Parts: sequence; structure tokens; C-alpha cells
Amino acid sequence: MSNVAEMGGAQVNPGVDPNTMSIIVTKGSLDWAYPPFILSTTAAAMGLDVTMFFTFYGLPLLMKDLKLQVSSLGNPAMKMPMMGMHMGMPNLVSAIPGVDAAASKMMKNLIKKKGVASIPELRELAVEADVRMIACQMTLDLFEYSQDDMIEGLEIGGAATYIEVATKSHINLFI
Amino acid sequence: MADQVLDAKGLNCPLPILKAKKALKTLDGGKTLEIQSTDPGSVADFAAFCRTTGNELVEQSEEGGVWTYLIRKTG
Repeated sequence: MSNVAEMGGAQVNPGVDPNTMSIIVTKGSLDWAYPPFILSTTAAAMGLDVTMFFTFYGLPLLMKDLKLQVSSLGNPAMKMPMMGMHMGMPNLVSAIPGVDAAASKMMKNLIKKKGVASIPELRELAVEADVRMIACQMTLDLFEYSQDDMIEGLEIGGAATYIEVATKSHINLFI
Repeated sequence: MADQVLDAKGLNCPLPILKAKKALKTLDGGKTLEIQSTDPGSVADFAAFCRTTGNELVEQSEEGGVWTYLIRKTG
């Protein structure tokens, strides 16, 4: 289906299918949820076999009920288009209760307005595209998450599970 | 005249590609899909998509901020 190797002479290790990609997902804020899901869905659409390994703060991205938030705290590059300019928020302001929730709502509105897919939509597309999703067993235990709160169709595994996937994968990303 | 038309206007990356892929899945080899997109990034994206999947980008045009792509499904 995909001719990645033919098109540009991609150099791969013997035994590695060039049409494979893995992503370790370590962050779960609204903004950080986008890179792994955009990359995995697009790669799958282009014929690659994709595996996502969700660990630490990436694990909540697998919950049935997604309540993703974004914070401007310690996020100096976050400057949103407002009133014709790009504006950031002082760190002290993000410490005020409710400010993060408001910023998250504003970002979701901006995303919708610009015709960008929501995370639930992208995740659904990833599932439909048979992207393999593995939840980190250790993180489930550590933060006392229940598999019942997660979406269906997940595998559970640890570091060795991921390493095996990575040895057979041409593109391995850490996000 | 394309066998199927996909209106992806107003959608941002990666939706035009993802929806095109979904539509192509339903078509037989040799059939064509026309995609309309307002995303300027789709120009490079559809070219890359066709190169990697082996589908043929038959033609593309742009008018008034709307890009139109005609893709023929191979295989």
C-alpha cells in the first residue's frame, strides 16, 4: 500500500518495515494532545502501521470522558490571538481559580472556529484507522486509574512491550 | 467529472487528508475523488499523500481561496 521505501530510498535496518511508526505519548494537556493524534492519524492515512504508547500524563488521553485543559502557567510561548494581537497571560493570573478552565474553553472555541478537529474526533479516527493503542500498566497502577474509565480496545503493557514495538518500527517518536 | 466529491472546505489539517482517505477507501481502483479544501497547507499535504500512497494526483487548481484536487485511486 505505501511505497515509502521506493519513493526516496529510505534507509532502514534489515527486518524493519519502513511503513511503521511508534509514538510514546507522555503529556495530556489539550495542546499536547494534538501532536500525537495528528501524527498517528495522518500516518495511518498514508499507509503506515502506527502504535501509540500512552504513559504518565499521556494516559488520561485514553479516558472515556475527556476533560482536557490547557494552562498558560509556565507556558511562555502560549500567546493567543486576542483583540488583534497575540497575548500571553502573567503566571500569577493562571494561579487564580477558574482561569485555566476559562483559557481551556477559549482554546476549544478557537479550535472549533478554525475547523480543527477536536481531540475526541481525532482519537475516534485513530481507533477507526486501527492505530494500536497501548496503555502503560505502571502508570495505571501509579496514579490509580481504572481500565473501566478508559476507552475500549486498548492493550496494556509495560516498557518492554514498547521497546519490542520500537525495535520493529522505522519511526519512533517521543512526545 | 469525478466519481465522488468531498467538500472539506472550512476544515483544517489533518481533516482534509483523513476524510479523503476515508472516501478513497469506498472507491474501486481507477475511480476518481474530487476534494475541495480551503486549507492552504493541503497543497503540500495532498502531493505528499499521493506520493506515499501511490494514488494519482490527476490535477489540482485553486480559485478564490478554494483548492480543488482530483485524485485517482490506484489498485
